This record gives sequence, C-alpha cells and structure tokens, in this order.
Amino acid sequence: MISNLTSSERQYALLIAVAVALAGLAMAALGRSDTLGVHGVIVMLFAGVVIYLIMSSLYGPEPTEDRAVSYYDDPIKVGIVLSMAWAVFGMFMGVWVAAQLAWPDLAFDAAWSSFGRLRPTHTSGVIFGFGGNALIATSFHVVQRTSRARLAGQISPWFVLLGFNLFCVLAISGYLLGTTQSKEYAEAEWYADLWLVIVWVTYFILYIATIARRKEPHIYVANWYFMAFILVVAILHIVNNLALPVSWGHAKSYTIWPGVQDAMVQWWYGHNAVAFFLTAGFLGMLYYYLPVRAQRPIFSYRLSILSFWGITFFYMWAGSHHLHYTALPHWVQTLGMTFSVMLLVPSWASAGNALLTLNGAWHRVRDDATLRFMMAAVVFYGLSTFEGSFMAIRPVNSLSHYTDWTVGHVHAGALGWVALITFGSVYTLVPALWKRERMYSAALVEVHFWLAIAGTLIYVFAMWNSGIIQGLMWRTYTEEGALAYSFVDSLVAMYPYYIARAFGGLLFLLGAVVGCYNIWMTVRSAPLAVRETDAPVVPAAVPGE
Amino acid sequence: MMDFDHDTLVALSKSWGLFYLMGFFLCVVVYAFWPSNRKRFNRAKTSILDRDDKPWR
Repeated sequence: MISNLTSSERQYALLIAVAVALAGLAMAALGRSDTLGVHGVIVMLFAGVVIYLIMSSLYGPEPTEDRAVSYYDDPIKVGIVLSMAWAVFGMFMGVWVAAQLAWPDLAFDAAWSSFGRLRPTHTSGVIFGFGGNALIATSFHVVQRTSRARLAGQISPWFVLLGFNLFCVLAISGYLLGTTQSKEYAEAEWYADLWLVIVWVTYFILYIATIARRKEPHIYVANWYFMAFILVVAILHIVNNLALPVSWGHAKSYTIWPGVQDAMVQWWYGHNAVAFFLTAGFLGMLYYYLPVRAQRPIFSYRLSILSFWGITFFYMWAGSHHLHYTALPHWVQTLGMTFSVMLLVPSWASAGNALLTLNGAWHRVRDDATLRFMMAAVVFYGLSTFEGSFMAIRPVNSLSHYTDWTVGHVHAGALGWVALITFGSVYTLVPALWKRERMYSAALVEVHFWLAIAGTLIYVFAMWNSGIIQGLMWRTYTEEGALAYSFVDSLVAMYPYYIARAFGGLLFLLGAVVGCYNIWMTVRSAPLAVRETDAPVVPAAVPGE
Repeated sequence: MMDFDHDTLVALSKSWGLFYLMGFFLCVVVYAFWPSNRKRFNRAKTSILDRDDKPWR
C-alpha cells in the first residue's frame, strides 16, 4: 500500500502523522488526568502506528508502474475491511445493550459498562464506524468509475479514511470514560468534533476535485447523492456542535444554543443525519451498485433527478417532528409534520425506480443473493419511509413517541435498508476490488442474507408489538381517571419482546460475522479473474480533446 | 445589527417559503424534462454498465 506512494509523498504523509502525534502530545499535556489527556495518549498511539507503517518503508523502492493508468483502490480496500470490523463491533455492542434491557445484571455493576455509556458505542459504532467507512469506501469507488478518473490525491484519501477512524475511536472511547455532549448521534466532545471538521472538509475537496477531473460529460446521479451527503453532513456537524469548552485542558463543553433552540438545532441535525448520512449516501450506493449488479440501467433517470432534489429540500424541514408536544412553537411542529408527510413522494419515487429497474430481471434476484440483498433493502426503504411519514403525524406521534415503536422504526431503516444495501454493495465490490471472479462462497452470501432478513423481521416485529403495547399502557385510564398501569407494569410487559429483540439482533450479528469470513476467504483464496480493462482514461489516450 | 424578530421570520416562511420551494420545484422539472438533456441522461445511465470497457473519447 505504502509502496505505491512516491518517496516525497511518503515524507509528506510522515509529516502529517507527526503533526497529529504532536497535537496528541499537546492534548495529553493540557488534559492531564482528564478524558482529554487520555485521548491525547490515544491520538499519539494512533499516529504512532501510522508513523511506524510509513517509516518501515520510507526508503523502499519508488512505484515503478504509471499510477495514472489505474484506479486508486488501496484506500477502498482498507475502508471495506474497517467497515466490516466496525460492523461486528457495533452490532455486538447492540446485542449487549439489548440483552441488558432484558437482563440488567449484564452491566456487571461497572460504570463503563452501564447502559447509558454502552448505548452510544452501539449507535456510533454502527452509524459512523460501519456506515461511515462503507460510505467513504464506496464513494471513492463510485466517483472514480463513474467519472473514469483516478482520485485527485495520493495522500488525502488515506487522510480522510484514517482521520475518520481516529474520530470514531475518540468518540467511542470517550463514551466508555463517561464523556458525552448529551446530543444524540453527536455525543463526541469538542476536540473530536474539530478534528472531524478538518477530515470532512478534506473529504469534500477530494471528492469535488475528482469530479472536476472526470471524462464524462454528465455527473452520474450517484455522485449527486454522495456530494449531498458530504456537504450537508459538514453543515449539520458544524452548526449542531458549536460549543464552548470549559477550558483548553478539559473535555467538557457547553453548547452555544439555549433552551428550545438547542432542541430544535439538535433534531434538525438528528433527522438530517438520518436523511443525509443514512439515506442520501446509501441511495448513492443504490443508484450505482444495483444497476451494475442487475446489468440493467436505472428505470428512469429523470425520476432519479426529481427524487434527489425532493429528498434534499424536503428533509431539511422535517426535524421538528421529533419535538411534537414540546415547548417548540406549534407552527414549527406542524411544518415538520407536513414536510415529513410530503417526503413520502420522493422516497417512494426512489424505491419504485429501483424496483422497476429490477422488473424483468426477477430471475436474477431469485438466483443471486447479492442482488436480493439490494432488492430487500429497497423494500425496507419503502416500508420505513412510509412508517416514518406516518409516525411524524402529531396524533400518531402521541402514541409512538418515547416507546419502542420508534426503536423498531429506526431499525427497520438501519438494518433493513442501510445494512442490507451496504452488504449488497460490498459483495458486489469485493470481487471487483481484489480482482476475483466471484465471492468465495455464494452459499455463505445466501446464509448471510437469510440471517439478516430473519434478524430484521424478528427485531422489528418485537419492537412494533412492544412499542404499541407500551404506548397504549401509558395512556390507559381507569374509570376514576387515574392511570391504569404503573411504569413498572409496562416494563414487565416488555420482557418477552426484549428477549426477542436481542435474539433478532444476534442473528443479524451472526450474518455480519459470516460475511466477514466470506470476504476474508475471497481475498485470500479465490482464483484471479482477468480484469485488465478496469482502468481510468489516460490523458494521452485522448487526442481529440 | 440585523433586526429580525420572530414575527418577521414567521411571516417570511409562511409566505415566500412556499413560493421559493415551488419555484425551485419548477426549475428541477424543467431541467429533468428539457428535451436536449435526454441524450446525456441516457448516456449517463447506460455508461456505468459498460464501465471501463473502453476509454472515453
């Protein structure tokens, strides 16, 4: 990997790694025994590993072949491996916290392993670790292939990938140490947030610069989704995390947003994280890997443009549906509710477009579990966007909010849509990246598919049942006008569903482990395929330009 | 210092908010259905399938 960098690039990379290590040293010195100090040491260790890797081949031979004639796949390969590793970690933490709800003794009476600290390690592990690495890896792949141009940098893709993973490590180790901003999906503290801004801006510049090099007249729609994902996540992240640290030597900070504005900014962030992190980027995957795997062009390109702008402009306004019946002005709640209902149109346009693309290739969906992963993802996307619009309606929300129904809805989207489209894309991508004919075992892809489907269905049905029972118990009155059930009564009623939910999650985790094994064996042992045409356009080969 | 009070923002979003979103929607529809764009859209959606077969010229 490093042998593909020139010696000046290696020196430059070394310089960046040393600068990061020095930043870690400063954090350790300023933070001392505070979490900031511990994180300084972690940053130094992380940078130290990178420095060691660069130093060990700093004076190795220069790359001999012309790099411009091939795509830059090294960071993509590492990104896929990291993504799958985070998937196993994040899903394991999910199974653990799910089991804690059924059997609270599984917290083992320690502070670090209490539910409140483990829960964000699960959400950040799967959303940012698994989802984020998959998005970075697939976006690097899609932008190169659809632009027929090599990535516009040699070091910057590594900086983006490794820098993002450093952010994930800081975030998750911080939760275990009890450090949090108490903002859902934005729990990481100010210094990690600042670091992510640097990484993310680099990502955006790299992506735009690569598109600027393209040899295609039109920017393929998948890139629009990826660009919206990168750009909007940057905006959301910066605005929601505006905060003042109590001192330079302390991890704790306070947000600059007061009261109900803080709540509104947080859910403007939170819902658009769903929209642009968990939807737009994965729609980018869908619009590339599904047509490629099915070997059929997208059903309607125009529809894909209309739904892109629909999703981009409607989602921005939907966040306030998280704050029904709160101090937020009533009209802002209604605005969020209305836009959430309208969102069904572009969402179903995307889902319908994908399913109509498969229309006429159903035999391939039947025979090919990889394509079936993507088909099932589209079905779950359609289901959970319908459910989301429905739950945003104020009276429905009065039943569903704060119950397990919300958790079930999130997982219909996260397991059924996000994870399934990712696995489908990864199974398409891995043989292509490592130049193999196919995955090591089609049967294991099949096993993974059915474990994932069974896990998702068990999980979602358990949470639907438990959520609706919970919501109804909380609002049942006796003839005298008193509440019929205590909170503990509703907890007892949840018990069987919590066990079922943990079991469903366990099946999903097992599927991911099977997938890891299959990918490992593909990389190690499957026969080489001849794919010498998989190369970008060489400038010299375009005389008529 | 800008003097935007709550009522001004509410009035703006309740009136012009509708019109600029409608106007934006019309622009997108015109772009998507503009006849001369059909060729580039068709090329874009099919070119990803014969990916990397031959260099662009």
